[in-house]
Amino acid sequence: MNELSVKHLLGIKYLNKQDIDLIFQTADHFKEVINRPIKKVPSLRDITIANLFFENSTRTRLSFELAEKRLSADVVNFSAASSSVKKGETLIDTVNNILSMKVDMVVMRHPNPGAGIFLSKHVDASIINAGDGAHEHPTQALLDSYSIREKLGTVEGKKVVIVGDILHSRVALSNILALKLQGAQVKVCGPYTLLPKYISSLGVEVEPNLRKALEWCDVANMLRVQNERMDISYFPSTREYVQLFGLNKELLDSLGKKIVIMHPGPINRGVEITSDVADSDQAIILDQVQNGVAIRMAVIYLLASKIKQV
Amino acid sequence: MSQKVLLASKEMNIILHRLACQLIENHNTFEDSVIIGIQPRGVFLANRIHKILREEYGISTIKMGQLDITFYRDDFRRSDKPLEANKTHIDFVVEDKRVIFIDDVLYTGRSIRAALTAVQSFGRPREIELLTLIDRRFSRHLPIQPDYNGRQVDAINEEKVKVNWKENEGEDAVYLISKV
Repeated sequence: MNELSVKHLLGIKYLNKQDIDLIFQTADHFKEVINRPIKKVPSLRDITIANLFFENSTRTRLSFELAEKRLSADVVNFSAASSSVKKGETLIDTVNNILSMKVDMVVMRHPNPGAGIFLSKHVDASIINAGDGAHEHPTQALLDSYSIREKLGTVEGKKVVIVGDILHSRVALSNILALKLQGAQVKVCGPYTLLPKYISSLGVEVEPNLRKALEWCDVANMLRVQNERMDISYFPSTREYVQLFGLNKELLDSLGKKIVIMHPGPINRGVEITSDVADSDQAIILDQVQNGVAIRMAVIYLLASKIKQV
Repeated sequence: MSQKVLLASKEMNIILHRLACQLIENHNTFEDSVIIGIQPRGVFLANRIHKILREEYGISTIKMGQLDITFYRDDFRRSDKPLEANKTHIDFVVEDKRVIFIDDVLYTGRSIRAALTAVQSFGRPREIELLTLIDRRFSRHLPIQPDYNGRQVDAINEEKVKVNWKENEGEDAVYLISKV
């Protein structure tokens, strides 16, 4: 199979195992491309992509923009902070106005869960979800799995623990779905207040003790504490969170085995992980960032191949 | 569907040796020259030529790479069949080198056009030559001609020229396949 089963990338839950394998194989080729002296290919020279960011982002937006430019697509950027959204324009009106300018594909980040799904039902362009509220962030999950596969050879059978703020994390949900689809074992670890009630329905075990979770796993994915999404206090103090769920070098070294440390960024240094852990040879945080461009190139390329020339 | 043998193993072997000798005439020790097989099928021919140059003519230092042109093709989103990428492996610098592209069949010339663009990602060659086993000379869409040519074949567009290699298909042979 060399074609995706979907027209849009709205979430991992809409993909199957073959789709993920195809994205990874294509990303392997693009990883080779982005390590060449000239990192650009002309495949998408007749495609226009709009990056609609209704919510702040640095690395995801840069990563998408770089991926699009390396595929030679024309790119238009939109930021809600400086747009007519502030004047009361609806999402559909904003997007339809942009699509009238002959845009073929939309990469959208939105604070509301389901915004991408809503949009895909109302417009013809191909939609890529770059994060919708606390719902899904599929390209992040794909690049995380891809980075595990690169480091450990395969995702199947590997033990992965996702640590921290699971409740507010779209990265956690997409990661759980992607890892389970590829046959990994997944546990989550964090304060009970930051675990969603439906967590067991995802086939995921809860391990409240960080040391036990780390002793069990091959990979620890440390999530950022998303203070900006917390309207109430979910734990007594940051100091207590660090003591119970923060990863430091002493704890890491005491495990007696080498585990792979991941973080989707941006890191709150000294909270989720200490600086010496983030900068250690067990951390693959910068590999994740590099793989992000290759994965996004693969997703955009594969979705664009379904937009037939008229 | 019917098929006709255009070249059998013995003839192919003679042609491959002739092509290798022609390359030596122009490139001597291959000091500044590199050969690049165009993925997927040109790689088989490139490997054969490389082997002859190395084993029978003692040119051991010749550099060889593989170039995939999938992301440079001009039919992306135009063909019904999705394009499938292959591996590119060029672990040398092509800047200021004499590059020899090797492909099994030269048909419309579009693959070579894509290869000319693709190789620029690895530097600016001093010159580029083209070696093909089969030249379908009346089917060109672009002004591209081979510098070294195994056999010219006059075939209509409904016909297909297929090159089989011992290492892949178990035999060395070239067939003309017609749908009727």
